[in-house]
Amino acid sequence: MFHVKQFDVIVIGGGHAGAEAAHAAARIGVQTALITHSQSSIGVMSCNPAIGGLGKGHLVREIDSLDGVMGRVADEAGIQFRLLNRRKGPAVQGPRAQADRKIYLKAMQREIGRFENITIIEGEACDLRMSGRRASGVVLADGSEIPAKAVILTTGTFLRGVVHIGDVSYPGGRMGDGPSVKLAERIDSLELPLGRLKTGTPPRLDGGTIDWSGLEMQPGDDEAAMFSFLSDSPTARQISCGITHTNEKTHSIIRDNLERSAMYGGRIDGIGPRYCPSIEDKIVRFADKTSHQIFLEPESLSDSVIYPNGISTSLPGDVQVDYVQSIKGLESAKILQPGYAIEYDYVDPRALKSTLSVKDVPGLYLAGQINGTTGYEEAAAQGLVAGLNASLEALGRDPVIFSRSDSYIGVMLDDLTTRGVAEPYRMFTSRAEFRLSLRADNADQRLTGLGIGLGCVSERRKTAFENKMDRLEKARSHLEERSYTTRQLEGIGLKVSRDGSKRTCYQLLSFPDVDFEDLLLLEPGLEDLAADIREQLERDALYANYIERQNRDVQMIKRDEARKIPDDFDFMSLQGLSNELKFKLSQSRPSNIGQAGRIDGMTPAAITLLAARLKPGAKKTAS
Amino acid sequence: MDTIFALSTAPGKSGISVIRVSGSESFRAVNDLCGGIPPPRHASLRKLRDRKNGLLDQAIVICFEEKRSATGEEAAEFHCHGSSAVVAAVLDALSQMNGLRIAEPGEFARRSFENGMLDLSQVEGLTDLIESETEAQRRQALQNLHGDLGSQAQIWRSALIRASALIEVGIDFSDEDIPENALPDVMELISDIAGSLKGQIDGFASAERIRRGFEIAIVGAPNVGKSTLLNAVAGRKAAITSEFAGTTRDIIEVRMDIHGLPVTLLDTAGIRNTDDNVEAIGVDLARQRANQADIRVFLIENNEMIDIQKKEDDIVIVAKGDLKGDPGGSVSGKTGKGIDELILTIASILKNRTSNAGLATRYRHKAAMINAREALESAMMEIKMNGGRPELISECLRQAIQALDSLTGKVDVECVLDEIFKTFCLGK
Repeated sequence: MFHVKQFDVIVIGGGHAGAEAAHAAARIGVQTALITHSQSSIGVMSCNPAIGGLGKGHLVREIDSLDGVMGRVADEAGIQFRLLNRRKGPAVQGPRAQADRKIYLKAMQREIGRFENITIIEGEACDLRMSGRRASGVVLADGSEIPAKAVILTTGTFLRGVVHIGDVSYPGGRMGDGPSVKLAERIDSLELPLGRLKTGTPPRLDGGTIDWSGLEMQPGDDEAAMFSFLSDSPTARQISCGITHTNEKTHSIIRDNLERSAMYGGRIDGIGPRYCPSIEDKIVRFADKTSHQIFLEPESLSDSVIYPNGISTSLPGDVQVDYVQSIKGLESAKILQPGYAIEYDYVDPRALKSTLSVKDVPGLYLAGQINGTTGYEEAAAQGLVAGLNASLEALGRDPVIFSRSDSYIGVMLDDLTTRGVAEPYRMFTSRAEFRLSLRADNADQRLTGLGIGLGCVSERRKTAFENKMDRLEKARSHLEERSYTTRQLEGIGLKVSRDGSKRTCYQLLSFPDVDFEDLLLLEPGLEDLAADIREQLERDALYANYIERQNRDVQMIKRDEARKIPDDFDFMSLQGLSNELKFKLSQSRPSNIGQAGRIDGMTPAAITLLAARLKPGAKKTAS
Repeated sequence: MDTIFALSTAPGKSGISVIRVSGSESFRAVNDLCGGIPPPRHASLRKLRDRKNGLLDQAIVICFEEKRSATGEEAAEFHCHGSSAVVAAVLDALSQMNGLRIAEPGEFARRSFENGMLDLSQVEGLTDLIESETEAQRRQALQNLHGDLGSQAQIWRSALIRASALIEVGIDFSDEDIPENALPDVMELISDIAGSLKGQIDGFASAERIRRGFEIAIVGAPNVGKSTLLNAVAGRKAAITSEFAGTTRDIIEVRMDIHGLPVTLLDTAGIRNTDDNVEAIGVDLARQRANQADIRVFLIENNEMIDIQKKEDDIVIVAKGDLKGDPGGSVSGKTGKGIDELILTIASILKNRTSNAGLATRYRHKAAMINAREALESAMMEIKMNGGRPELISECLRQAIQALDSLTGKVDVECVLDEIFKTFCLGK
């Protein structure tokens, strides 16, 4: 029935990348198909039941700023909200929430179902439809072909995925999903560079069998920091998480059984993330630590599954029972599902453009774990980028490019496509050199305007955003209207250096010991400013001096990124470049001068030479 | 855009040396050096003076307005006397001005191109430049960072990575099991780096070095012919400007000029263990001066090395070549055998050290260290005055790291993450 329908974009996979990709394509307004094994698994949280955190929370806010779906769904499903680094500066605060797995799933499916231009196809995408080197649709298991202008592959760990529990291993994606062999063969035939990674999960526990009475409990914040700029407050009932610790006995059980661990028994070759080590790893690598913290996180309000965060493992089931039951509060805990490690192939993301389309296979986009990343937020952000760009391509419009200087999304895309990954890639705030200006609190100021221009932002958000910007601009110009002398400032008890310069209220806000209350003494008219606007101005002003200093770097990056290099540019024929540089350039095929400059060994003169070739009027390739 | 400057003519002794300046601060720089701005595009003879009003040189100065210069920017040229000392002094004076920095290789060309002053065929002339850049980078990596500065840079590198890791772990992993307050450790690391940067900056007077000259110590066991060699070298190819006994009876200094570079040749006491107190003092002094010298010439006999550390670029040569009948690698002060070769060797080592790349690199290093130190001072200020907002300390550290890039090698977030994951058990 759907076979007759003409699709612009097909998304394969209904995880976080796939859902966000389909949603983005639908917002742009193209005919979208979402192919998944089972409609009921769209939006499933296969690992820990939490969204956001440091760096990751930034990504969610950015997705939301472009009217993506993850932030709103996480707000609806949130059962415990915490703003990490609440006592530190706004640049390093990250919103995080425990999410009810079931509410999340339901809300996500409702959001996807809302769009008439998304068709959900239950089935197995077993091959790509190719027109020459170009991906032009999907072939289903029953042999039927679905043509499309662009295809987005978001199939997570399906490429040669192998699950390990102790000495048992079997092929598979996540628990329960089957591997897609034919599609993997098609990927092989495209000869994309592959690598191998691994990741793991802890055993899931039955909360009813945990003795909570002696455990420390961690509640959420009194005032919840929501993900979406459109959300006000949590709707689900709020809960606390428990905290317990491993002990000497736990460690000795694990140490005694190390050779039975899939990882230490030498059965796993993939590289795991260092920031999310298994409990075996922690005990071996930090042998002098006698205890490790474990967060007991409820997965849902409507069942008793607990995710013990901090003890992921690939030990056999019986050892998992032994070590879990050696832990305080878990003495009679029942394991509902054993922990496991999974190894899988990923595509080296240097084979991608920053639009996430495969350089050598036009029409094919990759997003999520298949690109060597980890985490729902990283996946969703890529889904958004791929969804937007695939739709824009289908419409014959220019792609949307994110920069390191405007978003964490841009940082991630640049890291992935120019540097590749050595372990599952996770976002950290420390990856963003312009961290002071790329804040979670100003994601809308950075990106919603872009989204409006692309046409992926709803009327409701557009109105709310324009209204906020209007109020913010008025307030800012009010603060910058008048400046005050040192004497005037000392008059209200402020300590400022006597350098003879006058300062505006906005400048004063960047002083660490000046807050809005002090300004009211100077400008009583500011009294009328709404609290949210005051707070936003305080955050914007706080780093103003540093941001100004960084602006030159930002301008340089923007200028270089604006100089595009055509896809078919022949680097090998650049006269005047050393062979070594030519080779490096043609290997990584940068799509702009900025990326070219970040290639190891590039010199300013070489960049000038390249730039000269790109000037209008210059021959496209050297003869 | 910064205003940039560089020596545009070949380094070393020549008739004239041209120093170019380009950027919006060019005329101000001219004004500061000449006490006025000559009419544009006219060659004008001016006295160049440093900040303390000391005379540096008398030079032809030409100013170019924006759009009427080779780079398209406001620019100036100083045609100075072609001596390493003069050039070094003028470069030094420029580098002390705000908003001015030494140009990166290829930067003048890049600006010209960007301002539409070069066409494509001219840009292709950059080929040579790319080659020489690569060569310069290689040399820089191999040569300029040996010795004190090189080992110091490695210490800075690991301390900067460590300090960043301590700050970043508190930001990106604050909800995990990490040590409470890392600020005292960070403070200690930062102030150590700032302190040793200060030491290096203060002792980093390459202009001084060229003005003062290089020291070359002849060392060896007693009676291998050091003094004879000194006399032969000095008498043969060198214009002796002065000769006097040193502060002790055992060190003789001879000032001379080798291929245009000022050199002080040191004749030191023969190195040996001795019970004679006075001689022992002389031997100690010889060791000390020999260690401080820029180059040591080891004069050896019967293959016996003496107990003084041989450094890169040092020369080892067999003594009393007249008695040995040795076909090569030996020298004789008596007959003059091998003296010409020795002088050539010394000259080429010194040329290398004063070559344009080397000079520019040294200025770059000094500027890098000054910038890094300022950034670290801000970090310390943030810790002391404002209670240490980690994102701002981190920003200052990032600036310091960026500034020291050319000395310490690139330190990026991966290095910091490596340190974090090596040190802390993370992953809840």
